[in-house]
Amino acid sequence: MEQILNAATPAFFETTAPAWIVLGIVLVPLLGFTIQIFFGKRLPRQGDWVPTGAIGISALLAIYLGIQMFRADNPDLCYESSSIGFIWKWLDYGRCKLYAGVLLDNAGIIMLMMVTVVSFFIHLFSIGYMHGDRYYPRFFAYLGLFCFSMLGLVVSDNLLFMFIFWELVGFCSYLLIGFFFYEEEPPRAANKAFLVNKVGDCLFLAGILLIFHVVGSFNFREIFAFVESGQWVESASAIGVYSGISPQTLLTFAGILVFGGAVSKSAQFPLHVWLPDAMAGPTPVSALIHAATMVAAGVFMVGRMFPFFTPTALLVIAIVGMITAVFAATIGIVHNDIKKVLAYSTCSQLGYMVLALGIGGFTAGLFHLITHACFKACLFLGSGSVIHAVHTQDMREMGGLRKKMPITHLTFLISTLALTGVPCLSGYFSKDAIIANALEWGMTKNGAAYVPWIFATAAAFMTMFYMMRLMYMTFWGEPKNQEKYDHAHESPPVMTIPLIALAILAVIGAGTVFPWQTASDTWYAALVQRPEAVAAAATAGMPHVAESFEHMYKGMHHAEHSAHYIALFGSLAVVAAGFFLAWLFYGKRIFSAEKVAARIGPLHRTVLNKYYIDDFNDWAFVRGLQKFCWLFKVTAEALIDFIVNFMGYFTRFVAFIHGLFDKYIVDGLVNFWWWLTHLLAGIFRVLQTGNTKDYLAIALLGAVVICLVMLFV
Amino acid sequence: MEWSFTPDSLSGYLIVSGILFLFGILTILTRRNAIYILLGVELILNAAGLNFVAFSRFGNLGVDGHIFAVFIIILAASEAAVALAIILQIFHSYGTIDLNETNLMKR
Repeated sequence: MEQILNAATPAFFETTAPAWIVLGIVLVPLLGFTIQIFFGKRLPRQGDWVPTGAIGISALLAIYLGIQMFRADNPDLCYESSSIGFIWKWLDYGRCKLYAGVLLDNAGIIMLMMVTVVSFFIHLFSIGYMHGDRYYPRFFAYLGLFCFSMLGLVVSDNLLFMFIFWELVGFCSYLLIGFFFYEEEPPRAANKAFLVNKVGDCLFLAGILLIFHVVGSFNFREIFAFVESGQWVESASAIGVYSGISPQTLLTFAGILVFGGAVSKSAQFPLHVWLPDAMAGPTPVSALIHAATMVAAGVFMVGRMFPFFTPTALLVIAIVGMITAVFAATIGIVHNDIKKVLAYSTCSQLGYMVLALGIGGFTAGLFHLITHACFKACLFLGSGSVIHAVHTQDMREMGGLRKKMPITHLTFLISTLALTGVPCLSGYFSKDAIIANALEWGMTKNGAAYVPWIFATAAAFMTMFYMMRLMYMTFWGEPKNQEKYDHAHESPPVMTIPLIALAILAVIGAGTVFPWQTASDTWYAALVQRPEAVAAAATAGMPHVAESFEHMYKGMHHAEHSAHYIALFGSLAVVAAGFFLAWLFYGKRIFSAEKVAARIGPLHRTVLNKYYIDDFNDWAFVRGLQKFCWLFKVTAEALIDFIVNFMGYFTRFVAFIHGLFDKYIVDGLVNFWWWLTHLLAGIFRVLQTGNTKDYLAIALLGAVVICLVMLFV
Repeated sequence: MEWSFTPDSLSGYLIVSGILFLFGILTILTRRNAIYILLGVELILNAAGLNFVAFSRFGNLGVDGHIFAVFIIILAASEAAVALAIILQIFHSYGTIDLNETNLMKR
């Protein structure tokens, strides 16, 4: 750290252009938030243009940075604190110094572009969606604060500041989920989201502190360098506390703890429970925070820390992602709330990304993060447009909205196809890259290693099925609620323009529309490459782990091409099958969904109740904790209350003695002086008649007395 | 001390002067009307003046005592003027010149 600081502590005004741009991107939304929260109400249009304009400026700056990146065309392009000259010493505890700095590689720059552009369109959409809300200006202030936090998270060059911004986005998420705080559901959902996230945050923080304890730095680059040079093994062995654990295990453990943060933030099994409930928030919030950006932060963080994970940690990551991808998709099939279906879909897609990172598909995972953000934001905004029109979230009361809302329908359809991985659209490239990676991973290993591919393909099938079900129930078919259908109308341009823009991004997001190209031909793969897996070096002491790691990556190149086509045709087949099945169920109505549900009753109920995970949490944690607290309560009553009461009685006794002293000694003295003064005053006041003649007479008397004394004494 | 009532002796003057002083004091102490009190003050002043003249006659003060007597007469005249003005003001304020009624110091 000292090195970096000494190399680059120029005056602020001498900094090079990227520092200005990066700081501008991050701080302009903060400025917008500050203005909006204090003066929003008094500004024209209640100030909605302030945060919108701020994020617009950020978006322009990010795009400028992106153009620079494209022109450089360098996969190793990296703006670091030392190269762009922005580093700020936050706290100085002598030996321990904490810095804030910037680390922006290509993945980070693309992330910045995605966040700012998607945020800008969602701000724009909110102007229409939140129109007339009681707390309209405050909503925009919160959005601004969220953008600041999210952008700060992306550019941070150390775990500590990433964690600070991590918590800030969580807090903004809390504020925005509970935005309709006067209703019953949103505050409860906000609390749930906050608390469930805290579970992951605690793990994350524990991981960060563990890393800091061993490495002595929060900086990403330094941590990786530390691990790569083998110092981790020495350092961890030297610290007595960890003497019982091998350094390799400790490294794996630290990685899994850090991943714990992503499990809650990116809604992975089993901490996904908050995400569907978070749909109680306003729909633009769902689009911005719970689809495009904040939930992606966990995946982004795993990507940032990617070199740090050992093979075992990556295996854990892959398994969690794999389970989430399938598990969430099954729940998505049975739900009838349009936003809940999209929420489970988000969950499932995040599972894909985590799975991709876990099996070493770094590029595919982060690429899917970017493309997914565009089309999922569009889907959520589309659902917001629908909710705005029919004033319900229940798909059973929709239907036939295609004729009423042509723009919403078209953009929604494009995004749905992108999500399901239909060729030519952006999702096709990123999602198939993940599935192909999963198959490659399987082909380099034996037997059970094919499971991720099978799960990913199954999830692709279910994705198609539930999205088509959603399309049939919402936009196609016959209106189910004639009254609501009659009142439905297309949304105003301020809402449809973001939809169109995001739908365009959903089409061209991959930078290519030719289905015979693969993810490795896209601009993303040209700019973002998997970083060196430095954790392999640290595990050199354990040959079999290192070997498996080498094996995992080396073999992949051989398997790549053969795997790609199998994976591609496999996923296309299941996507087609998914569409066909949805058509049979909801288009042709050859099968009745209700009858099938009744036939598999218990299974259907289990899935509809989200596999009873919420109930389990309630039973195990909420009520279990209550029981535990009851035990404490009894103990407290018996023991602590006794002590407290005894102290109470004792104090009262002492106070009683003290009271007597006070009453008779202290007060007695005071009263005595009062009494004496009163007595003397009573005597002397007789002389003070106020009559001049009396004074004269007394003076005369005195004179006579003096004369007599002088004469006779 | 020896009492002798010769016509032209110091003690005779002092006795007359003492009687005048006593009358003045008694007037001040007994009367309530401010005018009478003023008259009492005049009596005391005159008693003092008489003392000066007497000591001037029988002592070795020379003409000083006479000059003091003249000053006292002038003083009495001025004092009477000032005092009468004050009494007039008291009358204006209280509607009376009874000094027992003007005991604001007590109240």
